[in-house]
Amino acid sequence: MDPFRSKIIPVTAILAGVVVLWYVFAVILNAPFQRDVDQRGNETPGAVEFIGKTLSQPKPTLPAPHQVAVNFFENTFLRSVTSSRSLVYNAWVTLSSTLLGFAFGTALGIVIAVGIVHVATLDRSLMPWIIASQTIPILAVAPMIIVVLAAIGITGLIPKALISTYLSFFPVAVGMVKGLRSPELMHLDLMHTYNARASQTFWKLRVPASVPFLFTSMKVAVAASLVGAIVGELPTGAVAGIGAKLLAGAYYSQTIDIWSALVAGSIVAALLVMVVGIAGRLVDRAMGGRPA
Amino acid sequence: MTWLKPSWQSVLAVLLCLVAFALGAMSKPEVAALAEPTATVAYPYMGAKALIIGLLLIAALVSMVTLTPIVEATVLFVGAHAAAWLLIKGIAGFEGTALAPYFLLLAAAWLLAWRCVALLSSLRPSESVARNALRLIIPAIFGAWILIIWEAVTRGAGIPFILLPPPSAIGARIANSLPILGSDVRQTIFKAVLIGYIAGNLAGFAVAILADRVPFLRRGLLPIGNMVSALPIIGVAPIMVMWFGFDWPSKAAVVIIMTFFPMLVNTVAGLAASGHMERDLMRTYASGYWPTLLKLRLPAAMPFIFNALKINSTLALIGAIVAEFFGTPVVGMGFRISTEVGRMNIDMVWAEIAVAALAGSVFYGVVALIERAVTFWHPSVRGG
Amino acid sequence: MTEHPPAVVSASKLGLTFQTNDGPVQALSNVDLTIGKGEFVSFIGPSGCGKTTLLRVIADLEKATSGAISVNGMTPEQAREKRAYGYVFQAAALFPWRTIERNVALPLEIIGLSQAEQAERIKRTLELVNLAGFEKKYPWQLSGGMQQRASIARALAFDADLLLMDEPFGALDEIVRDHLNEQLLDLWDRTNKTICFVTHSIPEAVYLSTRIVVMSPRPGRVTDIIESTLPRKRPLDIRETPEFLAIAARVRDGLRAGHSYDD
Repeated sequence: MDPFRSKIIPVTAILAGVVVLWYVFAVILNAPFQRDVDQRGNETPGAVEFIGKTLSQPKPTLPAPHQVAVNFFENTFLRSVTSSRSLVYNAWVTLSSTLLGFAFGTALGIVIAVGIVHVATLDRSLMPWIIASQTIPILAVAPMIIVVLAAIGITGLIPKALISTYLSFFPVAVGMVKGLRSPELMHLDLMHTYNARASQTFWKLRVPASVPFLFTSMKVAVAASLVGAIVGELPTGAVAGIGAKLLAGAYYSQTIDIWSALVAGSIVAALLVMVVGIAGRLVDRAMGGRPA
Repeated sequence: MTWLKPSWQSVLAVLLCLVAFALGAMSKPEVAALAEPTATVAYPYMGAKALIIGLLLIAALVSMVTLTPIVEATVLFVGAHAAAWLLIKGIAGFEGTALAPYFLLLAAAWLLAWRCVALLSSLRPSESVARNALRLIIPAIFGAWILIIWEAVTRGAGIPFILLPPPSAIGARIANSLPILGSDVRQTIFKAVLIGYIAGNLAGFAVAILADRVPFLRRGLLPIGNMVSALPIIGVAPIMVMWFGFDWPSKAAVVIIMTFFPMLVNTVAGLAASGHMERDLMRTYASGYWPTLLKLRLPAAMPFIFNALKINSTLALIGAIVAEFFGTPVVGMGFRISTEVGRMNIDMVWAEIAVAALAGSVFYGVVALIERAVTFWHPSVRGG
Repeated sequence: MTEHPPAVVSASKLGLTFQTNDGPVQALSNVDLTIGKGEFVSFIGPSGCGKTTLLRVIADLEKATSGAISVNGMTPEQAREKRAYGYVFQAAALFPWRTIERNVALPLEIIGLSQAEQAERIKRTLELVNLAGFEKKYPWQLSGGMQQRASIARALAFDADLLLMDEPFGALDEIVRDHLNEQLLDLWDRTNKTICFVTHSIPEAVYLSTRIVVMSPRPGRVTDIIESTLPRKRPLDIRETPEFLAIAARVRDGLRAGHSYDD
């Protein structure tokens, strides 16, 4: 079946269904407040007018999709990118620490994975902890890292990037260990018959075999990096960033702002995962991988 | 020289010991006590240094003699840990006064412990009991050394309490705050996490079955579900807090949203995992949708479903804790972390993090144990 | 042609065309075949000749696109819904989460037999394939040959008169295969079932069958049907008799005639 019928139509239909449901719930959820306002103002609007009002409140319980879209559009395209209210600006603040942390985390993860694969002591002693640490809510340390580093004068990009580093190195390390160990025994035996040195086996067999694993875990890691950066912006009542926008929106009940910040975060996440995915495919093709 | 078999760790340890000996006193009060032997400086650990160096040297030198690995490892284990214990004990009351020899000796002890772990890693015992014991002991020594170095360095260098409290202080804080920690766990884990986890997984499972029956729905939901798993869903927390109030229901709602999609995507994938041959077999029995689902496709999907349950156990904790950063009644793990950070009670924050880590591991462990019981037949479990 | 007992399977002008990305592929073309009750019919031919496809059409796992086929006088679909046959696949396809006896019980649970009846049939069929004593074992604790015997027991537990077997011993080594061939013949002799058996081994086909259907590919079609003159009781060493070798030679000639080796 062609991708149009098998994927695009169902996805579009379901997204359209979500938007319709969203409007229905927006009316239902915003109705009590609107009724309240109307009662106090002694107004008795007709049904259509009432629904129209529920969909245009300044601080609705659930903003209607078009309110979010308008807010998102205004804050993305109409504001100058240096304005602290610009979503582009805030997204960039979050994105920069995400990328920095992601780069560190990936490098660290790869180094640790190489160590684990080649040093038996590390494999037996460190690997269990890396696996176990995936089961704990690491994100909970984020506020502490921010505040503690602020106490010794480190603020801004670095603390957030550290959290992102921390969150992204786990998946990369685990994925890379799996990847570097993925060559079949037969291929390893083949290298053995060539009397290949460990470094030759590493570059000619283990590294190429690990590439798909690396990109798969990098997709997970980049998403985790972004979450880390967003949560890292919460505790200081941060000045800028998507997390700060969420927090400010929560303080002042600016629900529309929260939703458009969420949309911005989602777009950044989707773009990041997409870029990693495309990079993975390019590398795969450059290495002569079969088109899947 | 077959009786001599030095390792680089023990040689380096001996060198470090000698340098530490040459450099003299381990801490400032010791310097003062040495300078004025007659003055009544209250430094009760004058002999400690000689003892530590002696212990380390003996352990290092013995380990260079050809012995059975198990004897060598025991000697190193005892030497390294006794020295570390003496080092930490000797700095108590004199935090922040350590000099270079203190750290050199710590490094020497650590090298010996490393040698010990390396020896244990190279052991390949034939009995499964010994193998399992080694699988625990090796990472346990590694973990213990993270704590030892943490403790010794924070105390020796006198790192400010609000930056990084030593583990012993965190342990003491846990012991002193059990009622508070207990009520936080009740609020966050037994209410928000568990209820949200169960509801979110059930909802994801139910929608997956529905999507399985309606192919159109499946083809639409699967790409969306895969996409959503990469999004920062945690951001819905402020909205949920506005909708459902400060108490646990808003946190449970965040957990439901976070756990829903992994369950949906994994269950759908799992339901497609049964083999063609097995499905043809059910067809030759003229078996209907539900018998095939119950007898073939759900059991075959179990490894996938448990994968989602394990991913979700961590996600649920993260969701509940982070959601509490956005507003909560005056109890809960996320609340405690954010307020104690604000008050600079970093030891309490660490205590809460330790409890969260323990809760996370136990949660995951329970799910993994149930998985072993349910998917005992799967090659990854039965060790095929 | 000799007299045949009433037809269990009868196909006429049967054809099946698969639509693939590279255009249509004719898997079966113009197949005429009648299989009588109590026969042991082997389908033999190189890969791609449609022997497995033909078996799957009989089992209603594929639908013919032209011609007619009936199983026990019904359409294959009706026959499947009446549970008219037991099917044995290339691999044992046992469910790893069920013990051997629960695996054999699987079809019985689906047709809704009572516990007592299930127990009785499990015992009988496991004894039939010499697996008594292995009831509580899991499939992965058994050798490949034992797994395949368990899957035969599962097909027999159905108590259908027709047994469809798709290269059931293809993945086993020759020693195990000889042993299972002997046991299968013995089982056929005692139960008087009709068996359709797909194989690509000439000795296996000749040793087991009362009739051998020779097929060839592109398009998948029947090129020859050879009646066996061997007696019903066949010890393993019958394979060295001139009679056996003569039949095997005929099968080989049939395969060669139907297949051009110039590609």
